[in-house]
Parts: sequence; structure tokens; C-alpha cells
Amino acid sequence: MKTVEEIFELIKNKFPEAVFNLINTQPLDSYIEVSPLEVDKITFFLRDTEELLFDSLVLLSGVDDANGETKKDEDGGITITGGTLSVYYHLESTSLRHKVVLKASTPREKPEVVSVTEVWRCADWHEREAFDMVGIVFLNHPDLRRILLPYDWTAGYPLRKDYRNPEFYNGMKVPY
Amino acid sequence: MGLLDKQFNDGNIVISTVDDVLNWARLSSLWQMSFGLACCAIEMMATSASHYDFDRFGVMPRPSPRQSDLIIISGTVTLKMATRIKRVYEQMPDPKYVISMGSCSNCGGPYWEHGYHVLKGIDRVIPVDVYVPGCPPRPEALLEGLLKLQDKIRKESLVKKSA
Repeated sequence: MKTVEEIFELIKNKFPEAVFNLINTQPLDSYIEVSPLEVDKITFFLRDTEELLFDSLVLLSGVDDANGETKKDEDGGITITGGTLSVYYHLESTSLRHKVVLKASTPREKPEVVSVTEVWRCADWHEREAFDMVGIVFLNHPDLRRILLPYDWTAGYPLRKDYRNPEFYNGMKVPY
Repeated sequence: MGLLDKQFNDGNIVISTVDDVLNWARLSSLWQMSFGLACCAIEMMATSASHYDFDRFGVMPRPSPRQSDLIIISGTVTLKMATRIKRVYEQMPDPKYVISMGSCSNCGGPYWEHGYHVLKGIDRVIPVDVYVPGCPPRPEALLEGLLKLQDKIRKESLVKKSA
């Protein structure tokens, strides 16, 4: 069993370029910021190293950080330019009983993160949901389609903070 | 009963109108589409089960829309589901009836403002005969809705235009 600080030291030494910071958010889980384009290598290392053995991806979630420039529009909606979208990975080792949280931030204008489906097969649908709701593109994903919304949904990504509902979908009025 | 179950050879003849006989037959055997959407469907299943016993009103679930007279929209209708419900409704033979059960299918319910994916009322897609309020409605409320639908059918006519 290792603490987050020890895990951070291990992967920081292995990937000095791709692992950035350990952010302490006590009493919540501390998280490690990593490069979105190196996530697959880091997670392979976390899974296969004998003293880490992160065999379980508990949760993968997409988040709109909404830390860009916010502009109010005339119709009451907002537009955000710049800033980041993030993917959080909650990992757990079922044999060594330790946990870690990774965060990969990617620019809002071109949100690309490398898929971890090769590392944990269960990431497939989690990544499809993050793509569906927040619009993060997972590179090397085997089947990146929408998972919850209809395939012909063109109104955008509903869990982005500047999302606006369409007036109609397939002839059905959407607003109340 | 006593309206049709007498045989004619014993001298007893029942005189009625075609409207009454047809309406009585229709309202006494409303076969419902076995179709549920969300938590309201659990209450609908409770209504079908032995304690509340939907079957005493002649309501029993059918596995195909082509054998159904009634569809109970029991739960949140997402935009994705709405197109499917419309197709199921169109496959039902006339005369067909719709009960909208619960706040979600009446008007969007708790999703009325921020539910980007929810249709704000099933009546935007198919015509509704009876609205049952509640979140979810208790089985008694659904039974009351069914009795209201039976009242409505009882007043139907072949020649007069129904409302």
C-alpha cells in the first residue's frame, strides 16, 4: 500500500515530462496532473509495475472546467472561449488496496486525450460518455460514437457550461 | 354484466343500442401495451399486481402494440424515446387510448427547465385522453385515471363526433 505522494514520486521519476503536479485537496482525494497525450503510457506503467498494480479503473469522468473567458450573450446564454476541459481517472489496486486520482486537462478548442481502452477495457463506455456529454475526443478509441444521446443529435455537448438547448429536435419542441 | 351473456333461445331478449354495446365491450376490456419507462412503471406494475388488480377492470398487458387498445405512458419521456413511442402508438389499431401517467409525461416534471434530453409532455407527440398527476401517482390515482377513461369511452358514439 502506497500513499499518493509515493505514487507521485514513482511516476514523476519515470515520466518527468508528462507528469506535472500533485495537487493537494484535503480532505478530498489529492490528484496528479498529467499530460493528456501521454496518459496511456502512464496508466500502463501504473497497471503493470509490481509495486503499484492499479488493476481497476473505478471511474473516468469528463469535466468542463469553465476557466476560459466567459461572455454573456443577448439571449441570456454564455459563450466560453479558451480554458480547458478535463478528464479525471479514479484508479484502485484491488490487491494492494491503494488509490490514486489522475487529471488530464486539454484545451477547450481542441480537446484531445489519448484513450486508455487498451489499458482497461471498461474505459470504452466511460470515454464514449465523456465524448457524448462534454465533447472530449479520445484518440485511438476503437468506437467513439455517442452513447446516450441519439446519433443524429447535432445540438452539441449538453454538459458544457455554455451549452444551449436547441429550439427543436426532429420536429419536437424542446424548451418548456 | 348481464348484457350479452344471456342466450336468446330462452325468450329473454335484451334490447340495447349498438353504441352502448360497443362502448361496453371496449371499456371493459382495455388491453394495455406492456410498456414502462421509469419509476411510474413500478407503480403501474403494482397496480397490475394482485393487491390493486388492474385485471378486475379488464386491463391486462399485451406484448404487442398490434393487440393493444391502451398505452400508459408511465415515466420520463426522453427525446430519443419519444420517436419510438410515436412509432409504437402508430402500430396500435384503432380505437386506441392514451393515459399519461405522472408529472414527467404530463409536462416534463422535474426536468422542465434543465432537462436537455426530456420531452416536456407526451402530448407534444401523441394525443392524450387522461392525465394522471403525481410523482409517481399512487396505484389508486392510476385506477381513478382508468375509471375516467372508461367514463370517456362510455360517452362515445359511432355517429356523433367525439370530442
